[in-house]
Amino acid sequence: MQNVYVLGTGMIKFGRYPTKTVPELGGEAAILALKDAGVGIKDVEMFACGNLYQSNAMVGQRILQQIGQTGIPVVNVSNACATGSTAFREAFLAIASGMYEVTMAVGVEQMGKAGLLGGGGGAGGDPAYATEGRLGSGLMPAVFGQAGIEHMRKYGTKMEHFAKISVKSHQHATKNPFSQYRNEVTLDDVLNARMISYPNTLYMCCPTGDGAAAAILVSENKLKQLAGGRKRPRVAAAILTSDPWTDRTASLPDVSTLTRRASKQAYAAAGLGPKDIALTELHDCFATAELVHYENLGLCGDGEAGAFIDSGGGKHPGLGGHDPVNVSGGLLSKGHPLGATGVANICEVVWHLTQDERAKDRQVPNAKAGQAHVIGLGSACTIHVLTI
Amino acid sequence: MAEQAQAADSGPRPIVPFLKLQPKPHLMGSKCGNCGLVLLDTSRVACSRCGATEGFKPLALSDKGKVYVFSVVHQSFPGIKTPYITAIVDLPEGVSVRSNIIGIDAEDAQKNPKQLFDLPVEMITNVVAKDREGHDVVAFAFKPSKK
Repeated sequence: MQNVYVLGTGMIKFGRYPTKTVPELGGEAAILALKDAGVGIKDVEMFACGNLYQSNAMVGQRILQQIGQTGIPVVNVSNACATGSTAFREAFLAIASGMYEVTMAVGVEQMGKAGLLGGGGGAGGDPAYATEGRLGSGLMPAVFGQAGIEHMRKYGTKMEHFAKISVKSHQHATKNPFSQYRNEVTLDDVLNARMISYPNTLYMCCPTGDGAAAAILVSENKLKQLAGGRKRPRVAAAILTSDPWTDRTASLPDVSTLTRRASKQAYAAAGLGPKDIALTELHDCFATAELVHYENLGLCGDGEAGAFIDSGGGKHPGLGGHDPVNVSGGLLSKGHPLGATGVANICEVVWHLTQDERAKDRQVPNAKAGQAHVIGLGSACTIHVLTI
Repeated sequence: MAEQAQAADSGPRPIVPFLKLQPKPHLMGSKCGNCGLVLLDTSRVACSRCGATEGFKPLALSDKGKVYVFSVVHQSFPGIKTPYITAIVDLPEGVSVRSNIIGIDAEDAQKNPKQLFDLPVEMITNVVAKDREGHDVVAFAFKPSKK
């Protein structure tokens, strides 16, 4: 395998763009990344595009129809919430394999105000056989609510611990101009907000929205030609796993085992441990998810997530915290346009490693390594470790 | 042919294939002949755990179990009454099933979540809808077992 570097990144502010199309949103992010990299679309040899809601509609090719139809191979990727990060990994593999030297990954999604995600449909299209709400709930707030309750059951975790994560993420988001929401919330605001699915209240659930992010990846050879002396992060680990068999996984997706296996592989591939990681962007689709992933990613020991939070764990060092997690605001505040999320997380990590001005008000000091973790329920897990 | 006979029947229908209504309502699993794993399916291509393709046997599952974890759903699809308790129930055969829990106040479950952990429960069935052909559609749920 040859080394792979991120030469450029681009992202549009997550939010709602009802008057734009998916190829326009993706195209805008791609152009930003190309400009940041200092290359043009004619330099790109392969393109992996992540999108979920139009996964049968050749989104990658339609983006090239917006920004330059050069005839390169396009792979359209769909992998639930891990769609964007899986596309990034495809662009990584294309170079790592030695086949290409310059590739592009774009993640893009337009969700509008789509409501609750997941849940069972009716067999044969007859709604009388729909199982959602009749045989329990497959909706995401309930699935991840149960993941939090499992932690509560094992370790006596309190509602306040989950709520503190939401307070922290909202505080982080005030410093991120790319974030969909930039308002602070208090612990009381979070605890007293409308309950969606216990223990997740409204502010412990990520919003729906639109967005796009892109990255240009290059080989070491091309880095020397194109970087112009700029130091660019190396992709030190690009891990993708699916859900292994565990006892209850058929009825309750086991996001913890999924993440732990990926994390072990990621640290091994990068030759690093949790203490070497300056910042983590992890998949906080719900506050309950973030809490369990502190342990799953080794940021603290098993059963210690509550104490980790109470000691400032996960909070930006500039706010008196340590082991910063989701300094972008995370999915909870920055937003979670499904296909865009995995590429946006990588953009955030890159911006801290390169002291990019797009992260200037929230720079994590002395960042030499960072990780981006994404889960797609069903299930997929990606972890990318970047180093500089 | 048994399936065709059932199709001609005008009686109630289970909401999912692994719910059997006769002779009395019960859940049906498949047991792997190689590793013994029980899966909540009436037919299998191969085993999720060991990959064996042969030797699956149907296994009628117990109607009694214990609650592992739960959530209280406050926002759902139109027509679904909220709040309600959704839970993962562990059955003695080593298989878990997702189900509504009835007979416990949902708000009270949130105030005192510990009461649900390992709570012994038993299965009941209820008619939840009528399908396009006029059959009653039967679902299952679990309620606290009588002491």
